[in-house]
Amino acid sequence: MPGSVAIVGVGQTDHRSHRPDVNGREMIYEAVQRALLDCELSINHIDAIIIGNMDHFESINYVDTWSVEGSGAIMKPIMKVSTGGTTGASVAIAAYYHVASGLFDRVLAIGWEKNSESDTTGAIITCSDPVWDRFSYSGAIPSLATEASAYMNQYGVTQEDAARVTVRDRGNAVNNPHAHLRKPVSIHEVLASPMLAYPIKLLDICPRSDGAAAVIFASDGIAQRITPRPAWIKACSVRHTYTWFGDVDYKQGLVSLQRASAEAYLRAGIKSPADELDVAELYLPYSYAGLKWIEDLGFCARGEGAGFVEDGHTDIAGKIPVNPSGGVLSANCIGATALLRVGEAALQVMGKAGPRQIPDVKQALATGFGGCFWSDVLILGSGRP
Amino acid sequence: MIKPEKTPILSQKGQIAMPYTWWVGNAGSRFLAALRDDARIIGNSCEECGKVFVPPRKNCGYCYRELTKWVELGNEGTVIAHTVVHFSFSLHPCRTPFAYALIKLDGADVGFMHVVRDHPERLSNNVRVKAIFRDRALRIGHILDIETFEII
Repeated sequence: MPGSVAIVGVGQTDHRSHRPDVNGREMIYEAVQRALLDCELSINHIDAIIIGNMDHFESINYVDTWSVEGSGAIMKPIMKVSTGGTTGASVAIAAYYHVASGLFDRVLAIGWEKNSESDTTGAIITCSDPVWDRFSYSGAIPSLATEASAYMNQYGVTQEDAARVTVRDRGNAVNNPHAHLRKPVSIHEVLASPMLAYPIKLLDICPRSDGAAAVIFASDGIAQRITPRPAWIKACSVRHTYTWFGDVDYKQGLVSLQRASAEAYLRAGIKSPADELDVAELYLPYSYAGLKWIEDLGFCARGEGAGFVEDGHTDIAGKIPVNPSGGVLSANCIGATALLRVGEAALQVMGKAGPRQIPDVKQALATGFGGCFWSDVLILGSGRP
Repeated sequence: MIKPEKTPILSQKGQIAMPYTWWVGNAGSRFLAALRDDARIIGNSCEECGKVFVPPRKNCGYCYRELTKWVELGNEGTVIAHTVVHFSFSLHPCRTPFAYALIKLDGADVGFMHVVRDHPERLSNNVRVKAIFRDRALRIGHILDIETFEII
């Protein structure tokens, strides 16, 4: 029987296209110091550390070892967890496992990325099988573009429908002092931006950012002493699917997200997610995901995502506000990206989200997406489970 | 036509070009600029534990606090440990035989890793060495702006 676990502290850098003033571990130090400050702990209180980033992005092999000066892990247990885009959610879930096991009371999860240090498309294609996928079908944008065009064809969705997701997220980012892109954009600007791979245009896809995030998890009994309103982990669920790109059936929706969210809802006792969740921080790396994947999350029925977004249900004042932080379309330091979803959801539950706070959040959803259409789902709540 | 079971096994060659540009950051840039412009070695120290680090860095990993105090170190030091390298490899900084040496620079509390290009056979632990810089025109703000350490 796992113990109850809560998030008690969240820290993040101010994400930028480049951070020349700090190297990777110095940037990690910045996020960790902010997380410790947030919950008034010192590094001496931390029992173990989980860290993650994208393989090959900075050409550092043993990130757990290399990072210790920045992560604060000298003479502590630290391990690296790397699962592609889901890395940030994986470090959060691994930190949760550590505390829930009863072996550790305070565990620090770190995600970071220095996207500006390499050719990220060159790095990311190493996720594809070298014999079967890498030279015939590669890169993050083409695989997402294929998913998008299949979805458009299936439900008659338009480029304008997708543009509304970018407009929403980029508009929300104005309220987030940490976001990389804080300038709102119009539907017209999205539609007029350069075509990268049909139907994905420049403003349909996430930026490349430098940044780090740190989130502190604590055990039942200790969490309440650290902060009066911890964000309790009510459920987390992981689904990885095949790594053969050709095996993905785009017409079935994002199956890993359907399965992961169904399991998480069951554990958290949620029957009608759009009604029972107060806010969602979703890993939406491109605009079309903001239509299709909310169907897989059960916010609306299949094929109704575009209408649901157009009717304002995912706006700040809507039924289920999505990405008050501005989401991945406004900042994407990849290894940190999914951890930022978890951290932002926690801030909402803790009532510490500042100008981007949704009033009275009792239940929040965070997701991670990566690899070959993998999904991680976490549900956080104000009540101890 | 189905190929027979004993078809010769194939392999594939591939290479991905991955150029990197690592940001040195503020602390490291001050160190490298001092090598380039002044042919001097600088470090920084922790106000809590007093340890003097070289190369300098943003924070003390032991006390987990920012390092703000800067110190100029000598260009000489003592060899703590070393190895003479005889095998060739494309990433070696010079031709074999040469030595990799861990050098405790005067005024520093941590070792500084560098090379001794000449007379590695004369090297022993506790021997005194001195940094030899490249000519000004060849210094670019890189750890190898120090061409070698020379036995004093």
